[in-house]
Amino acid sequence: MAIDTAVPPGEDPAPFQEEVSDPRRRDFINIAAVAWIGVGAGVVVLPLVNQMNPSADVLAQSTTEIDISKIEPGQAIKTTFRKQPLFVRNLTPKEISEADAVAVSSLRDPQTLEERTKTGKKNWLITLGVCTHLGCVPLGAGEGENKGPFGGYFCPCHGSAYDTAGRIRQGPAPRNLEVPQYTFNSDTVVTVG
Amino acid sequence: MSFPWAKHYEPKVPLMRWLDEKLPLPRLVYNAIGAGYPVPRNLNYFWNFGVLAGMALVIQIVTGVVLAMHYAANGGVAFGSVESIMRDVNAGWFLRYAHANGASMFLAVVYIHIGRGLYYGSYKAPREMVWLLGVVIFLLMMATAFMGYVLPWGQMSFWGAQVITGFFSAIPVVGDTVRIWLLGGFAPDNAALNRFFSLHYLLPFVIAGVIILHIWALHIPGSSNPTGVEVKSEQDTVPFHPYYTAKDGVGVGVFLLVFACLMFFAPNLLGHPDNYIEANPLSTPAHIVPEWYFLPFYAILKSFTADFFLPAKLWGVLAMFGSILLLFFLPWLDSSPVRSANFRPKLRIFLGILLLDVLLLGYVGGAEANARNVILGQIATAYYFAHFLIILPWVARSERPRPMPNSIMEAVLNKQEGTSITHSAATA
Amino acid sequence: MVRALSTLVGAVFVFVLGIALWGTVSTAITEPAPPTAEHEFHLSPREAGLSSAGLFGKFDLRQVQRGFQVYQEVCSACHSLKYVSFRDLKEIGYNDGQIKTIATEWKIEQPSVNPETGEATTRKNLPSDRFPSPFANDVAARAANNNALPPDLSLMTKARHDGQDYVYSLLTGYRPQPAALLKHFPDAKTPAGLHYNPYFPNLNLAMPPPLTTEGQVQYQDGTKASVDQMSKDVSAFLTWTAEPKLEARHQAGFASVIFLVIFVFLAWGAYKNVWRDQAH
Repeated sequence: MAIDTAVPPGEDPAPFQEEVSDPRRRDFINIAAVAWIGVGAGVVVLPLVNQMNPSADVLAQSTTEIDISKIEPGQAIKTTFRKQPLFVRNLTPKEISEADAVAVSSLRDPQTLEERTKTGKKNWLITLGVCTHLGCVPLGAGEGENKGPFGGYFCPCHGSAYDTAGRIRQGPAPRNLEVPQYTFNSDTVVTVG
Repeated sequence: MSFPWAKHYEPKVPLMRWLDEKLPLPRLVYNAIGAGYPVPRNLNYFWNFGVLAGMALVIQIVTGVVLAMHYAANGGVAFGSVESIMRDVNAGWFLRYAHANGASMFLAVVYIHIGRGLYYGSYKAPREMVWLLGVVIFLLMMATAFMGYVLPWGQMSFWGAQVITGFFSAIPVVGDTVRIWLLGGFAPDNAALNRFFSLHYLLPFVIAGVIILHIWALHIPGSSNPTGVEVKSEQDTVPFHPYYTAKDGVGVGVFLLVFACLMFFAPNLLGHPDNYIEANPLSTPAHIVPEWYFLPFYAILKSFTADFFLPAKLWGVLAMFGSILLLFFLPWLDSSPVRSANFRPKLRIFLGILLLDVLLLGYVGGAEANARNVILGQIATAYYFAHFLIILPWVARSERPRPMPNSIMEAVLNKQEGTSITHSAATA
Repeated sequence: MVRALSTLVGAVFVFVLGIALWGTVSTAITEPAPPTAEHEFHLSPREAGLSSAGLFGKFDLRQVQRGFQVYQEVCSACHSLKYVSFRDLKEIGYNDGQIKTIATEWKIEQPSVNPETGEATTRKNLPSDRFPSPFANDVAARAANNNALPPDLSLMTKARHDGQDYVYSLLTGYRPQPAALLKHFPDAKTPAGLHYNPYFPNLNLAMPPPLTTEGQVQYQDGTKASVDQMSKDVSAFLTWTAEPKLEARHQAGFASVIFLVIFVFLAWGAYKNVWRDQAH
């Protein structure tokens, strides 16, 4: 919209030349007004976009405390963290040695079990239960579920197989199961998030 | 259709030329609200309110769509979901206050727009269709506003739904059946809340559609003007853009300023405290009133307290709907050939009384129903009907209009000289 | 034709209104509405004078915290605060650790489910929890309170006219029934179990005076806890619970108004500029 062409064709702006030598200078105010309200409209868009971000009640639930005292070696539990499944697994010494036996350089997403657990708590593997391929929940945490060819987790959607350290070994998933931020409050309580 | 001297759209950029050939949307806009629409040069600020109403609708739709992302239309959680919008959703309080006060701004703007039409005779030939479509928009707005007010599921929401659906139970024989059908139950509950939400979401888009028809119908004869004299030559008009886009810019600024003061500094001024109490089907608030924009109609409803052939309740409902529906007949009730009340000395006085009358009805609608207020309401209601159905037709016949300018340009020039009779009339 | 028809319809409406008006006037003369005790003795609330009132209003956080203490020690025994969460206390100046302590030590626990048996139980509150209700449901609340339901307080100051003044006035407004009232309206004697309070719409309130003695609450900041002070403080707290975004709203309001005033000037200038060569 050419708002700065305020003088319509056919109208002679000449009588006004005396007041302002350059008519363009007067049109500055038109541009300023349009620009100013344009900036205002831009600012109003921010809350309209921001309202779709997680609300305060959703963010407030972003830490979860988990009691791990009842998980025996070889068992795992499925709990939730930020409305996503979370696997907490107490690895047996055999599972730990299986994980350590793998040459890290041969992995798609090279990581050692140490890097994926806390110092001195190598048996506690805490990962999100979200397959890094397209977000299905892998099997293997529940009692009697298919743990896949590498004894860890197996995603039934597209056949990704994870080992006992939750690392991707076979199938389409690009990365290891994600390890969320967590801290041990005590030997039996973990805070995730 | 437009005036022969209307400018024609000539796309300069190749892309626009290509677009114009395939889909003449730029041409449509150019001819509707661009330089291709010649508008009388003497429009005053009352002519801003059409654009402002359109803008208010856009604000309502944008904030409403966004609020619907967080609102839950279920009796058990609706009130809580509104509170979570106010407390937890990012900028939620801003969006909700904008929407709630935006409704008031929208109705206020539309009332001024209607008042402009009444004063300047915008409903008269050849613009009857513009007026009729306008009344349809107004009815749709009232329905939308009412259903929107039910959604927060506070006490006023609930009892408003109860009372308004109660109107339909006044219909003889089938009334109760109709009411139960409307509510989907015997009292407002989930079923009613859900259908009101669905329709509250739908109707604004219907309104937008009717607005397009309203503008289309307007563009056939072109805009009216404060003198009511038809456009005769190119001298009488200026292109909509940039002249009226610039003038509307001022109107938009003032509108937004008032809106901002209301929603940021007194967001609950026009609301009712009882609506911050969750709906309770077992307890009616001591004093139930609709939102301010319905108060005059509520006063009309309350004024019919005596049975006469029909029960008082039915009279009240008939009169309340009648008070709006009679607007459909306005173009034919007022047969005066003069449009603008500036040149109709008698009508001006009666329109002044009508304005005070409607304000009085508004007061009575919101006030306690004691004897004094009921009496005031009954007198005011009688004037309302008498004005449109008796006074307007007879004044049109008996009144001697004042001399009118020959053309819009003449009126403008007279006004600039400050000597003409039109001057005192236009600024009074 | 139109004129005759419309005159007829108009006349019918006016006639029916005339009948109704006749009825109203004659009733008003023959049976004037008797004065009521509510009408004669109800008082408008006194101003609490809180810092959050007015266009520039801001919360006095120390006062709001004192009000929270009053809620915690007195009101919360009967009144819920169900739309407010413990985490919200951060807005009135408590830090995460304090909030966690407040939540954990809160007397009423959060309803929960025993993870092993599935039976209903309670657990300690977390910062992300809403304030728990003192009663399991409305029936229990009525049963424990002489059949009167203590209302939720989250929105109290917005749910009453002049809410913050109302809360303050109501809490300080208990008094014996005036002799004049009993003289003119002997039937309006406060029933047993209710309490006279001229700020309550029907004058008789089920809630016994909650704040009765100075020092009922030991303020941590050393403020003298008079009944008047405690009432003001709790009103300040409830103003915050009802409208926690008040300060953000006022700030956004000032920015918007300044922005728009400038825009109106610019738009006015553009309008004058565009129209400079056109008579109108």
